[in-house]
Amino acid sequence: MDQLLEVLRDMKPGTLIDENSQLIEGGILDSLDVMNLSVELNDEFDIEITPLDILPENFATPTTIYNMIKKLQEED
Amino acid sequence: MKNILEYLELSALKYPSKVAFSDPDAEMTFDECQNDSKRIGTFLTGLEGKNKPIAVIMPKNVQSLTCFFGVVYSGNFYVVIDEKMPIDRIQAIFSTLQPIAIITDKAHAHMAEHFEAKTYYYEDVVTTDINQVALEHVRSQMIDTDPLYALFTSGSTGVPKGAILSHRNVINYASWYKETFDINETTQFGSQTPFYFSMSVSDVFSTIIAGATLHIIPKSLFSFPVKLIEYMNEKEVNTIYWVPSALCIVANLKVLDYVQLNHLNKVLFAGEVMPTKQLNYWINKMPEAMYANLFGPTETTDICTYYIVDRQFNNDEVLPIGKACNNCDVFLLDENNNEITDDREGELCARGSFLAMGYYGNDEKTKEAFTQNPLNPHYPEIIYRTGDLVKYNENNELIYITRKDFQIKHMGFRIELGEIEAAANAIANIQSCAVIFDEEKDKIVMIYVGKVKDHEIMSSLQDKLPNYMLPNVIVKIRNMPYNQNGKIDRKYLKNNYSDMNGGK
Repeated sequence: MDQLLEVLRDMKPGTLIDENSQLIEGGILDSLDVMNLSVELNDEFDIEITPLDILPENFATPTTIYNMIKKLQEED
Repeated sequence: MKNILEYLELSALKYPSKVAFSDPDAEMTFDECQNDSKRIGTFLTGLEGKNKPIAVIMPKNVQSLTCFFGVVYSGNFYVVIDEKMPIDRIQAIFSTLQPIAIITDKAHAHMAEHFEAKTYYYEDVVTTDINQVALEHVRSQMIDTDPLYALFTSGSTGVPKGAILSHRNVINYASWYKETFDINETTQFGSQTPFYFSMSVSDVFSTIIAGATLHIIPKSLFSFPVKLIEYMNEKEVNTIYWVPSALCIVANLKVLDYVQLNHLNKVLFAGEVMPTKQLNYWINKMPEAMYANLFGPTETTDICTYYIVDRQFNNDEVLPIGKACNNCDVFLLDENNNEITDDREGELCARGSFLAMGYYGNDEKTKEAFTQNPLNPHYPEIIYRTGDLVKYNENNELIYITRKDFQIKHMGFRIELGEIEAAANAIANIQSCAVIFDEEKDKIVMIYVGKVKDHEIMSSLQDKLPNYMLPNVIVKIRNMPYNQNGKIDRKYLKNNYSDMNGGK
């Protein structure tokens, strides 16, 4: 989780982000951020996020993203 | 026809119950659009303004369109203000504009207290009874060079400039757009660009001229591309005119590998250079569709040149911006105001009916950009100097090089930053990139997002560029900053790049 929070904080310098921050509803991530984040997470966690995973429920908060990463790692 | 409302009324007569505009919450037929616009217009005739600015601060929805047309029914012109724009910037615009009224919705009531002008709420004014006599009286006074809207863009000095466009401008421009891309009553637009951005003018006005339908795609869907595609399929969207960064989301995530666009057959783009690599992804996935690169500033209504993709391009080739639109003339001038007809580069200049009337309340900036045609000493003829450097290629197509202000001198060489960007954008795994010049340190700085090593970038660039054009600094970032028009924010990058190295 710390690794994920670091990626998010690097992406959005000056924004307070914790595990339960509302990333989409709270307007922290816009469409280009979501795209860049997906590519970044693939790299960082050695997973393959496909467009089918890029859904509001998976990107709602750092916790939901974390759960998605876990799931994709297990599928591997 | 001389007034844009005549087209709305004609479409309402021909297709009264056809949907003109939709958003996720509402649909509006041509007849409803006309009626609501007349209600708002009737209310606004009470202000007794003529050719005066009225600001509209509304979210991008179908109701906002009736506010725009309502303002026009009252004999005034509208100015779309982004509801998310900081109050300070709105005040800067209003100090030039001095609007006689503001229309907003009740959800934005909290903003009204910051402004001097009287605020009216959409929810109230739209219930006004139509006074046909009053509206006809207003119409009888209007001519085609009366202003239709003003559109504020950022000025290099930081003070926004409001280009002012007439009915004649928009009728001429949108008619070209409609004919060139065969916009007709079967066209279903998927609208991406904000209404405070000139590209939306093409979709909105060609919709009312052709009796087409425009579907507002909510911004949030661009975060979740599969939902975006589903929405477009549900609305049977067959034509899009988007900024390249929106098309790149679909390409970079390889969305069309997973889901299909069932109805789309026209893909138009403008606003920035479309990276060829991402365009090739689209063409590869949807080879039957028409692709066109449109080019122009707000000051030529939206566009002055265009290129319909008619051949294959390698990832490192740049798409032409093509040739002048019908009824719009463009030509190249050198530094001494002589016309260039060979393959040298020059400033793109435009003349004709697409040209804005100038900048509202800014005589100085108007005179800088809108000047007498130096090739015509015989009678008054205004041209617009775009500030863009272009040249002709061997096919006699125009090629965009860079903004005049982006051309730099480095180690004695004249360098186009755009050329370095094109070379960098062709590298696999580069998602987006910008090249800026730090004059103080005399360094070319490349900033990029993507999964690639610095030495791989350098070795690719070395194959394509002379040594003096290679970047001196490479900055990997996680996130490209964009300005409110969806263009890469180069000014921000220039001031902040040294603190941005966050991606390593």
